Amino acid sequence: MDLTLTPEEQAFRDEVRGWIADNHPGPSPGGGDQAQFEFEREWQRKMHAAGWAGISWPKEYGGRGATLIEQSIFGEELARARAPRPANVLGLVMGGPVVIAHGTEEQKERFLEPILSAEEIWCQGFSEPESGSDLASLKTKAVPDDGGFRITGQKVWTTFAHEAKWCMLVARTDPEAPKHKGLTYFLMDMEQDEVEVRPLRQITGEAEFNELFIEGAYVPEENVVGAVGNGWMVAITTLMNERAGLGASAALGLANALDELIGLAQERGRAADPLIRDKVARLKIGIEGLRLGAMRSLSATMKVGTPGPEGSIAKLQWSSTNQALTELALEVGGLDALESDSLWAYRFLRSRANSIEGGTSDVLRNIVAERVLGLPKLR
Amino acid sequence: MDFDFSDEQREIKSTAREFLAARFKPEKVRELAESDSPYDDSIWKEMSELGWPGIALPEDHGGQGLGVVELVILLEESGYALAPSPLISNAYAGAVIAAAGSDEQRARWLPGIASGGERGAAELTTQPAPIVGAAAGSAVLVLADGEGAKLVPTGEAELERLELIDSTRAYFKVSAGAGDPVPGEIAAAVDTGKVALAAESVGVAQRALDMAVSYAKEREQFGRPIGAYQAVSHRLADMLWDVEEARSLAYYAAWCADAQPESLPLAASMAKARASDAANAVTHDAIQTFGGIGFTWEHDVHFFLKRARVSAQLLGSPVQHRDRVADLVGLGT
Repeated sequence: MDLTLTPEEQAFRDEVRGWIADNHPGPSPGGGDQAQFEFEREWQRKMHAAGWAGISWPKEYGGRGATLIEQSIFGEELARARAPRPANVLGLVMGGPVVIAHGTEEQKERFLEPILSAEEIWCQGFSEPESGSDLASLKTKAVPDDGGFRITGQKVWTTFAHEAKWCMLVARTDPEAPKHKGLTYFLMDMEQDEVEVRPLRQITGEAEFNELFIEGAYVPEENVVGAVGNGWMVAITTLMNERAGLGASAALGLANALDELIGLAQERGRAADPLIRDKVARLKIGIEGLRLGAMRSLSATMKVGTPGPEGSIAKLQWSSTNQALTELALEVGGLDALESDSLWAYRFLRSRANSIEGGTSDVLRNIVAERVLGLPKLR
Repeated sequence: MDFDFSDEQREIKSTAREFLAARFKPEKVRELAESDSPYDDSIWKEMSELGWPGIALPEDHGGQGLGVVELVILLEESGYALAPSPLISNAYAGAVIAAAGSDEQRARWLPGIASGGERGAAELTTQPAPIVGAAAGSAVLVLADGEGAKLVPTGEAELERLELIDSTRAYFKVSAGAGDPVPGEIAAAVDTGKVALAAESVGVAQRALDMAVSYAKEREQFGRPIGAYQAVSHRLADMLWDVEEARSLAYYAAWCADAQPESLPLAASMAKARASDAANAVTHDAIQTFGGIGFTWEHDVHFFLKRARVSAQLLGSPVQHRDRVADLVGLGT
């Protein structure tokens, strides 16, 4: 057991830290509008030019081939520097890895480079109004037509749909097959009249997400990933990519927010309030628990290929800690923090989704119960 | 970076798991807990032969020269077995004397503590009076003395057995004279004692979780194993969360004690607060999972609940440790 970085890891961290310091574009303009998106696209171009965009991707596909620990260090350094996110985050984290794992040579040739350069933005068409946690029950259908498929259905919670060129879309190709078996994974061109994007206004007032209304959109056969009928397995890979390796940088994001909250408590004369102190300490312990659990999980994964039980609870830890943290900020900040343009109010409202997005806490507890503890399924 | 056990550490863990499971079967723990004296001398002798009492003590005083990480491995397993044993009390006394004792004090007491032949016992709290675990049968007591500590040969102290709800250990109220003050700083050794208790509580919690999980798989109500109901399975998932978070913090604090002492005060308080809360919550939730049978004396789970509750109050309660955490993260007063 040695929690210090090896000389190689330290050199890597110093290189990352130095590069970020020299290239940090300043704080994001915020607002969730086109200007913010272009700012993030420019930031990703810069990252790509220096070879940082596809940090986890193999070198042969334009990535850096970094180890899990290096990926984690990279994420931590970005969080530490409060760097903006890259514009094409779904392409980098999900789309690219799926094409690399399941795509044909032609698909790799066609799709990977524009993901890295942020030239083509990707979105994800998985959830539907009637299929949230039970993704495999989705109803959007794909019918063979003219060397490809015609897609019809409705998707929801598609981030970046209005900016996206490609949609990772799962649709039902065989309505007769059992629900997990009749699905196919498509890369759908968003630039066609048969796809309508409508912004979905959320409780923060902004529209981070969209709804997709698809009426016979065309996808050529060469844009099927994996094979027809194999969509569930391919989709699971993307979801696992979404969850892997988030812990350490997520903990750093929380640590930054806790520092701000501590500053607020001092400013408001609440530093000696025993109830506030107890809650701040609980948050600190929760954040460190998340960070250290992520490190344990990384170490186990590096050695045996699979994370230990500590890895399965990271998302639960993160969402509950972020929600508790923003709630305490409202207590400490009082009505000032509840003004509609207050950053704390925004964070409080936005964090309500943390226990829903990317796997609800309820479903995650099912997963922990069934896969880690080996409890029987109710179904 | 490698936040995982080495092969040697893994070996220590599996040896300890096996040995303790064989020696402290549930019926043996119950027999000791219901007797007047919870410690079995012949098992202590075997533990001594394995080198456990001196695992983290320096080799030149007869110890194994290993670290707090190795000590914590033993104590987590000892908690898992709910072993009635003076191991933790002896290790804590040894840690204080090794860190803060004079050369003479170290030469006088450490060899006996390391070999297990002449045990030490250390004060675990000063409220309402100095309370020492495992005082009977030990040779020397380590007691608080202002900011520092003093050594008192057990024969020169007055001991009164304290009947706490945890009968798997012996606790004593102590009255003693001036004793022999240790000259050095004891803060790091006291923090190491907190880490030791935290690790033991992680083991207690893990065992209570394992017991509850296997029961939830077997026990059927309304025609199904109760573990299939989400009201039960989600509680068990949260128990795993408690155990794993506490474990990460306890291992980290142990590593800080060995390799990064400047981080130990915060790490020790975080670990002690989290592990105490986890063990309290998990043992409580285990009883809830067992239902009525869990409330009977006949079932073993209450011994775990009681150990958890008492350990949570030793060397600072969760609330006290969170107050210290608040100080250390910038809410200093």
